[in-house]
Amino acid sequence: MVAGDSAIKLSKLTKRFGDFVAVDNLDLEIAEGEFFSMLGPSGSGKTTVLRMIAGFELPSSGTVQLGADDVTDKAPFDRDVNTVFQDYALFPHMTVLENVAYGLRVRGVGKKEREQQALAALETVQLAHLGSRKPNELSGGQRQRVALARAIVVKPKVLLLDEPLGALDLKLREQMQIELKALQRELGITFIFVTHDQEEALTLSDRVAVFNNGRIEQLGTPEELYDRPVSEFVARFVGTSNVFSADEAKAILGIDSKASVRPEKLRITAATGSAPSDLRIPRAIECTVEESVYLGVAVRIHTKTKAGQRISVLEHDSQQRWQRGESVKVWFEEQDLVRID
Amino acid sequence: MTGGASARTSFARRVSTMLYSRPRTRLGLLLSAPLAWLVLIYVASLAALLVTALWTVDDYTGAIKMEWTFDNIVHVVTGSLYQTVTLRTVGVALLVTVVDLIIALPIAFFMAKVASSRIQRLMVIAVLMPLWASYLVKAYAWRSVLSHDGILAWLLRPLGLDTPGYSLTGVVLTMGYIWLPYVILPLYAGLERVPNSLLEAASDLGAKSFTTFRTVVLPMLTPAIIAGSIFSFSLTLGDYITVNIVGGASQMLGNLVYTNVGTANNLPMAAAIALIPIVIMFGYIAAVRKTGALENL
Repeated sequence: MVAGDSAIKLSKLTKRFGDFVAVDNLDLEIAEGEFFSMLGPSGSGKTTVLRMIAGFELPSSGTVQLGADDVTDKAPFDRDVNTVFQDYALFPHMTVLENVAYGLRVRGVGKKEREQQALAALETVQLAHLGSRKPNELSGGQRQRVALARAIVVKPKVLLLDEPLGALDLKLREQMQIELKALQRELGITFIFVTHDQEEALTLSDRVAVFNNGRIEQLGTPEELYDRPVSEFVARFVGTSNVFSADEAKAILGIDSKASVRPEKLRITAATGSAPSDLRIPRAIECTVEESVYLGVAVRIHTKTKAGQRISVLEHDSQQRWQRGESVKVWFEEQDLVRID
Repeated sequence: MTGGASARTSFARRVSTMLYSRPRTRLGLLLSAPLAWLVLIYVASLAALLVTALWTVDDYTGAIKMEWTFDNIVHVVTGSLYQTVTLRTVGVALLVTVVDLIIALPIAFFMAKVASSRIQRLMVIAVLMPLWASYLVKAYAWRSVLSHDGILAWLLRPLGLDTPGYSLTGVVLTMGYIWLPYVILPLYAGLERVPNSLLEAASDLGAKSFTTFRTVVLPMLTPAIIAGSIFSFSLTLGDYITVNIVGGASQMLGNLVYTNVGTANNLPMAAAIALIPIVIMFGYIAAVRKTGALENL
């Protein structure tokens, strides 16, 4: 977490659509200059929270504070935040330059002045040469950059990004992730990033809030979420996990709560093998190999205990190809086993 | 008989295969009927109209003389009666269009952007419903509304106002009512094509409601506004029934055509007058084309 005053403070925020509670009594503080992600499956309430911060939705109850100001009832045009929309929402009848200059135009900035600033904003996203094009003459990635330039040209305190990379292909998405991170560092303003892609959230963020059913399931740094998930939902949604139900945990591991362990923390040896020497407090589970999948950078081995619990192991420097039906021991370090609710 | 059925099937199949492999034949079959209609009935009758305007009428017998002359057209263009009536007709058509646009815009906006999908469906039906009723009934209904002991007088007199009665104002009100659905529907369709996120983006960037309307909605809606205005403007230009029913003594171009066809029995003159609204519409569409708005239709 970046130290500093809070840029956004949400208190007891609730949004109901008819009987459906989209956001349920949410408290959240986001610091100035922070890259904050709201991560969750669709329908988890993350986009509704973003829309309430932007002012497109009014909360059923609770307050939205921007810096020291209560903006709960203010219209979007009275809030010092700007949004990059999922569908980019570029004005089709305006050129790229006019799109970017729009925020300045409605603020009454003179034509010459606003075109200069818009051009500068286009330069930060490397599109200064396309200013005279219409949005429909651009590629998806270029539109994305124009939407970014249009939002940052008015120098908001907070930039809201609603699944901005969702429509881009994988290569472009990875490139844009790097650029977004660099842009945030350069501008020094708060970014609030909504995504359902856990990898994206982990890569980009200072802190991540994992949403489920209108509530924050867990809030923390990417490391905390990944290494210490507090619930089965987080363990499964952020990365992949081997989750043991309470009964299974008791039978297999001898502990009294649900537990989870990451596939890459597991090691595998022959049934007769001894513990890998680098494990300090090794624990072992006897399993049978069900399938072994070669992934290039690693091998994923799907195994099963006698009781039928599936355990997946990710080995990065595998010395050996395991055969289907082979008896093995799956090893892990006591401390890598995370007890969850 | 199974044999016959399968023979028929295979014949249908052969025709289908033939059509499938010959896209030009397929297109020809598809378009021949509508094209024949368009060329023979529609274009040909327009051409006949133009030709008729260049003929004349025997003063004594009333028979049409197929002698080529520009007299009718010169007469219509230079005659002060025709000039006055043309200006009046264009004025009424413009007023009807403006009134309709002012009423239709908020209704269409409500339908497309505010109402729930259920209300939206109900409103589409409500807008279409008057089109199911006869034109004459609607015009006579307005005659009763506008009369001196009608509902409008009854409503307005306490406010110190009075019904406009049977006059050009009455014509504008009645036609504005009758053509309103033709203006609402294109505007509604046009607004449906403006994504909500664009309105949110404008607001997000600092534009207040009216600025959003002026800088985002209106430019994107221009083709729809033009489409709607073509309806209300051209339909008013050619109308004569409403004027007869609620217009009092006022005449519009349609009335002149009607009298020349009927009472005066001068078909060539009627044709010449009928060319005026056609020329005006061509002028309007040419002007619109110059602005480039038609390219976005």
